[in-house]
Amino acid sequence: MLLAAASRGQRVAKIGQAERVRQLEAEEAGDHLFANRVRVYPKSVKGPVRRFKWGVLIFCLTLYYALPWLRWSRGPGQPTQAILLSIWHERFYFFNLEFWPQDIYYLTGLLIMGAVALFLVTSLAGRVWCGYTCPQTVWTDLFMWVERILEGDRNERMKRDAASMCFDTVWRKSLKHAAWVFIAFWTGGAWIMYYVDAPTVTVEFWTGTASTEVYFFTFLFTATTYLLAGWAREQVCTYMCPWPRFQSAMLDEQSFTVTYQAWRGEPRTRGKRANSAGGDCVDCGACVTACPTGIDIRDGIQLECINCGLCIDACNHVMARTGRPGWLITWDTLADQASKAAGTHTPFRFLRPRTIIYLTALIVAAGVMTTALALRPGIGLSVQHDRAPLFVRLANGDLRNGYTVKIVNKAWTPANFVLTTPGLARAALTEAERTQTAASQLELVVEADSVGTFRVFVTGQPAGATDGSQPVDFHLRNTATGEQTVYHSVFMSPTNGAKP
Amino acid sequence: MPTKIEKDSVTGQMTTGHEWDGLKELNRPLPKWWIYIFYATIVWALVWFVLYPSIPGLHGYFHGTTGYSQRSAVDQDVAAVTKQRSAYMDRVKALSFDAIRKDPQLLAVAQTAGKIAFANNCQPCHGAGGGGNPGYPALAAGNWIWGGTLEDIQQTVTFGVRSGLDAARNGQMPRFGVDGMLKPEEIGQVAAYVMTLYGKPGGNTVAGEKLFAENCAACHGEKGEGKREVGAPRLAGRAHLYGDDEATVVAQIKNPRLGMMPNWNARLDEATIKSVALYVHALGGGE
Repeated sequence: MLLAAASRGQRVAKIGQAERVRQLEAEEAGDHLFANRVRVYPKSVKGPVRRFKWGVLIFCLTLYYALPWLRWSRGPGQPTQAILLSIWHERFYFFNLEFWPQDIYYLTGLLIMGAVALFLVTSLAGRVWCGYTCPQTVWTDLFMWVERILEGDRNERMKRDAASMCFDTVWRKSLKHAAWVFIAFWTGGAWIMYYVDAPTVTVEFWTGTASTEVYFFTFLFTATTYLLAGWAREQVCTYMCPWPRFQSAMLDEQSFTVTYQAWRGEPRTRGKRANSAGGDCVDCGACVTACPTGIDIRDGIQLECINCGLCIDACNHVMARTGRPGWLITWDTLADQASKAAGTHTPFRFLRPRTIIYLTALIVAAGVMTTALALRPGIGLSVQHDRAPLFVRLANGDLRNGYTVKIVNKAWTPANFVLTTPGLARAALTEAERTQTAASQLELVVEADSVGTFRVFVTGQPAGATDGSQPVDFHLRNTATGEQTVYHSVFMSPTNGAKP
Repeated sequence: MPTKIEKDSVTGQMTTGHEWDGLKELNRPLPKWWIYIFYATIVWALVWFVLYPSIPGLHGYFHGTTGYSQRSAVDQDVAAVTKQRSAYMDRVKALSFDAIRKDPQLLAVAQTAGKIAFANNCQPCHGAGGGGNPGYPALAAGNWIWGGTLEDIQQTVTFGVRSGLDAARNGQMPRFGVDGMLKPEEIGQVAAYVMTLYGKPGGNTVAGEKLFAENCAACHGEKGEGKREVGAPRLAGRAHLYGDDEATVVAQIKNPRLGMMPNWNARLDEATIKSVALYVHALGGGE
């Protein structure tokens, strides 16, 4: 990417260089290890990109605030919330799917898919995630909207901040922060609703009967939302987030990104009108003032750029007013820009080695996940051999081993199971303190949606067991559904085995 | 010795006046905040000396004005925990075993308490999980000498075996060899017969069988099935307290080892003993 940027010519690379030098000098003079924060006052813009961004924002926020209230019927005694991450009861619910703590590896799959999808989208269209759907962007945009309503647009806000405090400024700023806190609280409250039943926790919250955890996390996420979207803003994207640091590994010359068409715009013709010898860029700075991260897109793709495209709207507006063709800043690939500078055209290539790799990885991950989910067993068996005593000898010479058997019943109804050890000759099973007579199979009942723990004794006289231990398989069968599972364990006996 | 305290031209600091081959040291005193905190800790320590046990003497020590003692703090903690547990343990004490076993929650609490008490008190001899050791019966196997019902176990744990109490399990066996009740060759004959009871091949057992019927059957039973009333172990089974080889059997007839078990009522309360009984019963041998 850097090479490509350099290839666009020394002229483009030098754009903004003076500003960078000035910044560096200021940093050195100030004896600071870190760059001073330059306050960003983004100017509002109107246009197709802005409209699209509002649409995405409304969609994302609606989804976020409304999802916890979506109900889903699961039968008696089960939660009615469609999406519920019940940490307290150790169950995650997604519509018809229920996840146990043992199923946590599905989260790994989901994260892998999320990461690969992000790579794919980035290699195709740059950092559109950053520009449109990242919570940091969405809430910052929302907070800026509130700010603009109360304090006015860029110029008004800059003037207000430069001037001394007056009553008008105080009440506007106070109201702004109040509104921010209100939105932040709304956000923190909605976050909690994903973890506990939404209607219940709402009532509990306002009647003071909710748990300490609920209050703590509500106020924690209220605080983070307020600070990150109200105060930190672009600093989060530039300094806190790791994504900008390695996005260059996903981007290439074929990535569709927000691009300043330097071949059209340069040399800039400040103050002059059309038909002059210069380029289309009138150096008005509209793209810079509109940028929510405060950068100059004319410097090319850079770390701070979140690819939101608001500079496109800003520039189009200026181009229209000066009677020049629009889309001086546009969505394009570096390859196409290089071609256009030479008077040709390079069509967009969707399929490239990297997109094919990402796409394949995504399809494989999704396939594995779906298969694993479809074949997910509704029962589970775990058998733990007693650590001590390894075996006991009964008066009639038989050997008996003790096991702790755990049976998982994921169904929403109680289930009857039959436990057998078919591989062990003359084996007899008993459940401690429950069954009186040993039998070749053990009938066990497990409550709905729970794990049943049983103490099971297996009595046997292992024929020819001379090595002290022999493998034994525990077979578990759900008598109603016929679902089966097997657990490999051992049956222990004296090491010399010679004793009758 | 400080020779010349001067102002350092580079830093503007005063020097200490020391000079080593031209090297001078800047005088950089500790920060004020550090010094004041240090003084505050000294004051704090003096207050501590007065409030808490501090100064040792020849006969005891200065107890401090608050009279704090870690021993009494532990006692208070133990009392608090006991009080907390009493909600369950009082019920374990008051209810019958049948009633406890009908209440799954109470049973789980009792068995957990029993497991801990067993690990602390019983496990060194009877083994983890009641697996038993030579001379110490396996509790998990059901080879009971004194009975394996919950009440039997509670009785044995409470008063012990040959613990010196009248209520203890006071089984005795004569010293047939040491006291000259049987001749050495007779002991060998009895031992050979006893070993046939659990399937060990013996020689001529006719004499041994006769001697067994005369001397041993009264307690151990005609077929060596044992008698729990007197604590005579079953001889005909495959599980043995001390061992099943000839030397062990001969030694046991000649000069019996009569193992003892303490009476735990001197150390554990009734609710804990009942909990232990419930735990031991569930190890696999309960009757």
